[in-house]
Amino acid sequence: MISNKQFLLFALLSILAIISILLSLLSGSVDISVSQLLNNLFHAENNLQTQVLQEIRIPRTIAAFTTGGLLALSGVIMQVLLRNPLADPYILGISGGAAVGALSAILLGLSGLWLSNAAFFGALLSILLVFGIANKFGNWSVTRLLLTGVVVSAGWGAVINILLTTSSTNNVQSMLFWLMGDLSQSRVGLAHFGLLVLGLAGGLMLSRSLNVLIRGELVAASLGIDVRALRLILYFSASVFTATAVTIAGSVGFVGLIVPHMLRLMGARDHRLLIPCSILLGGSFLVIADSLARTIIAPQQLPVGVVTAIIGVPAFIIILRTTIRK
Amino acid sequence: MATLEIQALELQIGEKLVCRNLNLCIQENERWGLLGKNGAGKTTLLHSLLGLRPITSGHILIDGKELAKLPRMELAAKIGILFQQGLSTLPATVFETVMLGRHPHVQSLLRDNPADVAIAHKALAAFDLDALSDREIDTLSGGELQRLSLAMLVAQTPQIFLLDEPSNHLDVAFQVKLLSILEQKISEQSACLLMATHDINLAARFCDRIILLKDEGEFLIGERDEILNEENLSAAYNCPIKSLSGEGRTLFYPL
Repeated sequence: MISNKQFLLFALLSILAIISILLSLLSGSVDISVSQLLNNLFHAENNLQTQVLQEIRIPRTIAAFTTGGLLALSGVIMQVLLRNPLADPYILGISGGAAVGALSAILLGLSGLWLSNAAFFGALLSILLVFGIANKFGNWSVTRLLLTGVVVSAGWGAVINILLTTSSTNNVQSMLFWLMGDLSQSRVGLAHFGLLVLGLAGGLMLSRSLNVLIRGELVAASLGIDVRALRLILYFSASVFTATAVTIAGSVGFVGLIVPHMLRLMGARDHRLLIPCSILLGGSFLVIADSLARTIIAPQQLPVGVVTAIIGVPAFIIILRTTIRK
Repeated sequence: MATLEIQALELQIGEKLVCRNLNLCIQENERWGLLGKNGAGKTTLLHSLLGLRPITSGHILIDGKELAKLPRMELAAKIGILFQQGLSTLPATVFETVMLGRHPHVQSLLRDNPADVAIAHKALAAFDLDALSDREIDTLSGGELQRLSLAMLVAQTPQIFLLDEPSNHLDVAFQVKLLSILEQKISEQSACLLMATHDINLAARFCDRIILLKDEGEFLIGERDEILNEENLSAAYNCPIKSLSGEGRTLFYPL
């Protein structure tokens, strides 16, 4: 049941999302005041501020929010699918496959859309590979899926190391940025944000079933859930969310693992609440991290994946210490 | 009301034959006990009655309809099971957990129906868990967890109760209380019950019909007093078992 306290959590996260988005739109090398921002949002003028907002900051903020939201949503789903608190969007090797795709593209001198496509293709390959191996005998238990994912990840890790050690210094720099997660090269379209909205809607529709599945597959089956079909839906949807997120921003770590846990610690276990809250917190978290990443050592930019861990670790420890277990 | 009918059921776990040509019909208000030694296949048989594992051959009919053809939700609204392995203890509160029992009945996507909430609260109260409603389930004792699982099953309001070792972790007072709650639910809901147990005396006290699994797919089936005697039990458990009568009841104990 959603109590008042839990609704308050949702309301606070909505406010956090709005504040973080404003913060992101206001921070950068060109000074834009709050009144200028509001003016520009509602009736565009032909000046530098409008141009900066429309061409740089708004797309980048959307990219950050979308990536963070998708990763947090995927993290929630993976934790239910694998019934394992250590599960994150990358545990089944999707980011490894995407990384091999992206790094190969960098090695070949490709960039932009080609790089994104290569990353997405690598992720897709990994999704099908893991599913194909885990499902070979029609028996894809949680353990089997988890082991296959971890082993395939390790394989991708080895290929990544080969690519890193045999590339020129110049390429290695771009590769490291990709591996740590970086929004400066990201291109995001309405389709990406649309996927997040679709994920939210689908997640809410399945949220009751997720509440049951997390108690175990037998329990879920006995309460009327088609476990096999649900697990297939969860595996492929979480995979597509992750693949899209890494295509936008490289493998940004930490968001998908800790955002769901932070919220569970704060009392949001019911997926009807956990799913929308995760999207809000994941999105806000990455928007804030990205604002910092591009301003701390401006004009230089840090990879956003570094900042997520730097602010995420202490934030998580504080929540872990201050939430009192009944 | 509901009936559970088993026709010519053959069931195997790997190489081991659990039963061959099992025929029975469990009807409204009947209470069946499933006995047999460790590894005889009691749990396997219960799971197969819910379609949780495949059967080798035969038919399982719920209200005359083939089990495999019933929609899962409809099935779950009719048959509920208590599993022997407890609930996984990923974080959740006692109340959130007992509400899961209402899953087959919920109508709305996001809202909780007050009627469902009331049923869940009543189920908690029946097992003296109402004071623990907001507790985290990983802080519960073994007995409290077992009572929570039972409350979840009661909240499901099934017409056919399948129970796998319902007395596990329960002290004697709660064992007696459990039986009276089940008795009440069976008469209120015109339900029936099949419980697998290793406790011969629990079955003798509560069940009116018994299935006693033996080796090689053999079994005995019938009225309690026909099946539960020293000779049958000693043979089935491969251990000498004696009985003691007094105050209108018979107790069984191993020598």
